[in-house]
Amino acid sequence: MEFLDGYIPHIIGGIAYGLLLFTVASGLTLAFGVADVLNLSHGSIFALGGYIAYALTDGTWTGLILAVLAGTVAGALFGGGLSIAVAPLAKRGHLAQALLTFGIAMIVGHLLVIVFGSGEKRPTLPTELTKPVLFGGNYYAGYHLLFIVIAGILAVIGWLVITRSKAGARVRAMVDDRQMVATLGTNPKLVLAGVLAVAGGLAGLAGALGAPILGPSQGAANMVLMQSLIIVVLGGLGSVGGAFIAALAVGQVHTLGVALAPQWAPYLLFGAMAVALLIRKPPPLLLGGRA
Amino acid sequence: MTDTLRSLSTRFLDARLVGVLIVALLATMPFVVDAYTLSSLSEVLAMGLLAVSVAVMAGNAGLPSLGQVAPYAVGMYTTVVLIRSGMTVGPVLLLASAGAAALFCLVLGFAVIRTRGVVFLMLTLAIGELTYQVSQRWTDVTGGTDGSGRYDATQAFWGTEPMVKPDSIYWYCLAVAAIVVLIVARLVSSTPGKLIRGIRDNEARMRADGHRVGHYLLALYIGAGVVAGIGGSLMASSQRMVFPSDSNFNISALVLMAVVIGGAASLNGAIVGLGLVMMLRDWSNTAVAEHSPLVLGVLFIVVVYLLPGGFAGAASRIGLRQRKEAT
Repeated sequence: MEFLDGYIPHIIGGIAYGLLLFTVASGLTLAFGVADVLNLSHGSIFALGGYIAYALTDGTWTGLILAVLAGTVAGALFGGGLSIAVAPLAKRGHLAQALLTFGIAMIVGHLLVIVFGSGEKRPTLPTELTKPVLFGGNYYAGYHLLFIVIAGILAVIGWLVITRSKAGARVRAMVDDRQMVATLGTNPKLVLAGVLAVAGGLAGLAGALGAPILGPSQGAANMVLMQSLIIVVLGGLGSVGGAFIAALAVGQVHTLGVALAPQWAPYLLFGAMAVALLIRKPPPLLLGGRA
Repeated sequence: MTDTLRSLSTRFLDARLVGVLIVALLATMPFVVDAYTLSSLSEVLAMGLLAVSVAVMAGNAGLPSLGQVAPYAVGMYTTVVLIRSGMTVGPVLLLASAGAAALFCLVLGFAVIRTRGVVFLMLTLAIGELTYQVSQRWTDVTGGTDGSGRYDATQAFWGTEPMVKPDSIYWYCLAVAAIVVLIVARLVSSTPGKLIRGIRDNEARMRADGHRVGHYLLALYIGAGVVAGIGGSLMASSQRMVFPSDSNFNISALVLMAVVIGGAASLNGAIVGLGLVMMLRDWSNTAVAEHSPLVLGVLFIVVVYLLPGGFAGAASRIGLRQRKEAT
């Protein structure tokens, strides 16, 4: 147990980071699974939320809440706009989407650097959150613990919405059979726009909420996008539950892996993904059989 | 069917003629342009092989890879490591880089070739990006973000002088690139090459006919990786100093855009497209300096919306392929 004690802070940090990634990746996997959109600007939305949090926080609780709301709304607008931008490419496959969204990511990333400068930015938190908190014999950044609680609640709400609500049923139906949904009188275009807006909102929310953990920057945007893509591959396209497990695993590899074997951390993720693809029977990952 | 074959053969003949013209044009460059432009052109040739690698995958198998920079980086750093340890003979560097890239693709290929469509895009993207991360952190080999530092010049052959002048480096790059493209063009038009296009057009049927689809695609992935690895070796020899950013996702995206502009099925188109994209990048780097990403970002969007014709070769078939899979 004493051996483990030293690593518990890393494990807790990994959970916080994993939940942060889950918030981003769940949007990405929904956009993939439901709207069939490969969004390479998803990381830029995360950075946008983070910069907004940096700009709006002033050390008060009101500022923090305002920043999180603004980040979410900005992300949702971004996602909604994206659904308009990709509409003309519907028949052109994912490569065209990848190029378009990469172009958007380049432009947005550059504009953010022009406005906010290239250095890494951290929002100003209320002093209560910056104090270390004693928990289970170890000290933690108070914000990490709050973040775990909030992200946990978000995950539960998201799960309930998807599995229990009517809107969630419609979204799940879209994954299975888009044409059938259209036949039953739901406008698939609206569902797609809604899903992209929700996905963007989640990324903006993660950016704003996660800014104290991972400050916004172009590098953070790329890393978050990358790790989210890995999570989506590991979890299975369009599977929010799969993304949850994969995000927690990637979070552990990211923080615990860095602590245990710093040299090997990037290879670990790589290996995890390759192994997952090899042991999994191909069909569930192929387009025809979305899990 | 005969129509397709006929159009394929005329296309190949045209491509050969165009290829000869391109090489002839490129061969006059050392007499026309200044040293700086010539060294940029050497980079265009090295990255041109990366573009050919992407074009071979996308155009023939309908698998647009976002991660061919990975074998490219493997080739690049193999050359760097060998030169640092005292081996500077061109053919050895090229063969070793090609071999390292082939091994790399053999290991990853088993996972990669199982995937199609968007999973393929994401997986190759992840492979490229993770390789980039490794190159950033494996400082013993790569020097991290500071770059490799200056290393010795490459000799074109055993016993020849080390190439230090831009024109000799350029001749080396042009000769290697021309030979590689020629071999690739032959392979693409060979029977296995045709079978791979058959897989692109109707995979289920090829399987039903008893063709070992997995083997062909694995061979293609390795072959494309070898081409990229040789490109990486040329890059290392021509720059004599490399950085992890020489093989990051931005490079992948630039190359992919070049392939799209050039028409994905055409090897010549890939190189010409890359030349155009690199010219624009260099121009925007000097003309609007820090706003260069903005220019390129806008170009990406414009190309996607206004140049669906650039996709005509392969991407329409990629679309076809995806629709087939969806059913």
